[in-house]
Amino acid sequence: MSRLEILNLAGLRHDNRRPYELRSLALSLSPSPTADGSAQVTQGLTTVQASVFGPREPRQRAAAAHDKASVVVEVGVVPWAQGQGGSRSRGDKRLLEIGAAIRQTFEPVILTHLYPRSEITVQVQVLAADGGILPTAINAVTLALIDAGISMLDYVTAVSVGLHLKQAMLDLSAPEESDLPTLVVAALPESGRVTLAQMETRLHVDRFEEMLRLGVAACSVLKEEMEAAVKQRTTRVVERMAISAKGAAKDD
Amino acid sequence: MFTIARIPPAPTFERGSSPEAPVRMDAMDVDGDDLGEGTSLGARRTIVSPGEVITSSKEYMRGHGTYVEDDNVVSAVAGTLERVNKLISVKALQSRYTPEVGDLVIGRIVEVGAQRWRVEANARQDAVLMLSSVNLPGGVQRRKVESDALKMREFLAEGDLLVAEVQAFFQDGAMSLHTRSLKYGKLRNGLLLELPPRLVRRLKSHFYHLPPPAGPVGVDVILGLNGYVWVSLGTRQDDREGGEGFDAEGVYRNDNDEIDPESRQAIIDVANVIKAFAAHGVPLADTLIAEGYQWLRDQALVPGVPLAAADGERMVRELALSE
Repeated sequence: MSRLEILNLAGLRHDNRRPYELRSLALSLSPSPTADGSAQVTQGLTTVQASVFGPREPRQRAAAAHDKASVVVEVGVVPWAQGQGGSRSRGDKRLLEIGAAIRQTFEPVILTHLYPRSEITVQVQVLAADGGILPTAINAVTLALIDAGISMLDYVTAVSVGLHLKQAMLDLSAPEESDLPTLVVAALPESGRVTLAQMETRLHVDRFEEMLRLGVAACSVLKEEMEAAVKQRTTRVVERMAISAKGAAKDD
Repeated sequence: MFTIARIPPAPTFERGSSPEAPVRMDAMDVDGDDLGEGTSLGARRTIVSPGEVITSSKEYMRGHGTYVEDDNVVSAVAGTLERVNKLISVKALQSRYTPEVGDLVIGRIVEVGAQRWRVEANARQDAVLMLSSVNLPGGVQRRKVESDALKMREFLAEGDLLVAEVQAFFQDGAMSLHTRSLKYGKLRNGLLLELPPRLVRRLKSHFYHLPPPAGPVGVDVILGLNGYVWVSLGTRQDDREGGEGFDAEGVYRNDNDEIDPESRQAIIDVANVIKAFAAHGVPLADTLIAEGYQWLRDQALVPGVPLAAADGERMVRELALSE
């Protein structure tokens, strides 16, 4: 095969999705027991785990702000994540850029003024990469922050939007991402505010608005899924605490 | 009349299963304001997550875990909704330890500074232990002299664990600790467990002694409210209360006592029981730990070996989730 067929005659993509169809989503909360909060998000063949430590004493005293928490994001990719080689070290420019994008996305959303003189460290680990690392990482960080009990304005969800000829497509996989102009949208679905819109390629301005709208709509779909997962876990933990409150009452 | 912006989801467990919370809500509701039929926020505990509109801010005040936007009180964390009269707050499921004066905490020295130690205690900021808030060898009521300040590292060095009480807060919100009691001080002869702070509730006593069937001299458990739990070799009654024959000079010793294998097994077994309860999100209580240890003995499992996942689950089911 010489070139990937982005959309075949039936209007399906190379993995048999329709243009507006998202990849399968799997969420798990608190997979890491040592972190204050953690989450693992799998979208299609991309898996990202995020761990949140803090708010805690800043590792470097100079980094502390007296009136708010500082947010530190570290991104790593496991060596086997990308299939055929191409392992990335921690200092990789692309990873630093992803880390900066995540930090800029979450700094205005976390209520940092509640945690003065402290630091919130977010560690993002890409376990399997098949396109859309940044949006999947943002989704994972949102869940990890909620799991850590850190105050936020709203969920932040993210999705990638691509454009093939005149057809916008959601949630790109790696082969599509390398062929199409891509827009990454991160939004607060409740208010519809966009916290991140990032493009690395050029795009016709007439198409941009449509893609942005589509991205925000997809973000609220993702939010529904994430909220369901969070509520389910919260309910389970509250039940456990209530049941053993009964046990403690028995002891008195 | 007020409006509640969304209908709370149906309660996910029966009210009767949690005797404590709803009753407390009713008792707090002193002015007895009628919140309408069945929509009362206090009547049922609901679960909210960030960004969720709870109610109008014209009628209610916002508490912890919420913020106000466009005349609405909005949740900022995932957790349970709590209401005291007109104050709405959301208690996050899990968060770092929030200290209060009088709390018993376990911490680790991270820095020795001028007249003070910095202590990591699982809170948002490191705690401070002043040289003037510790008991030094040679008498409880002793003036601290310059030579004491020079010998600070001999008392407590980086990495040492200690149990202390929260004494006060500094301007910047950091907590100040004190160890001015014979119950507090440096920890030895045991092992540390780090648990989520929500699993340690405020109890009558946070020092718990399991008597001798658990090892030849028993096992001591200290439940720090910051989620750190210390499981150690049992001490004599006199030593625990600082009575006759109390070894005041030995408070800052760095070496462990001789611990025989049976005691080691007992310490590890108690730690494993606590870990198993924590893994299942069961809050700790002194009696629960004793029951767990007894259960372990009754099962005749190999002592000193971590509980298999299935055994842990069985224990939690039989002890914590029964009746």
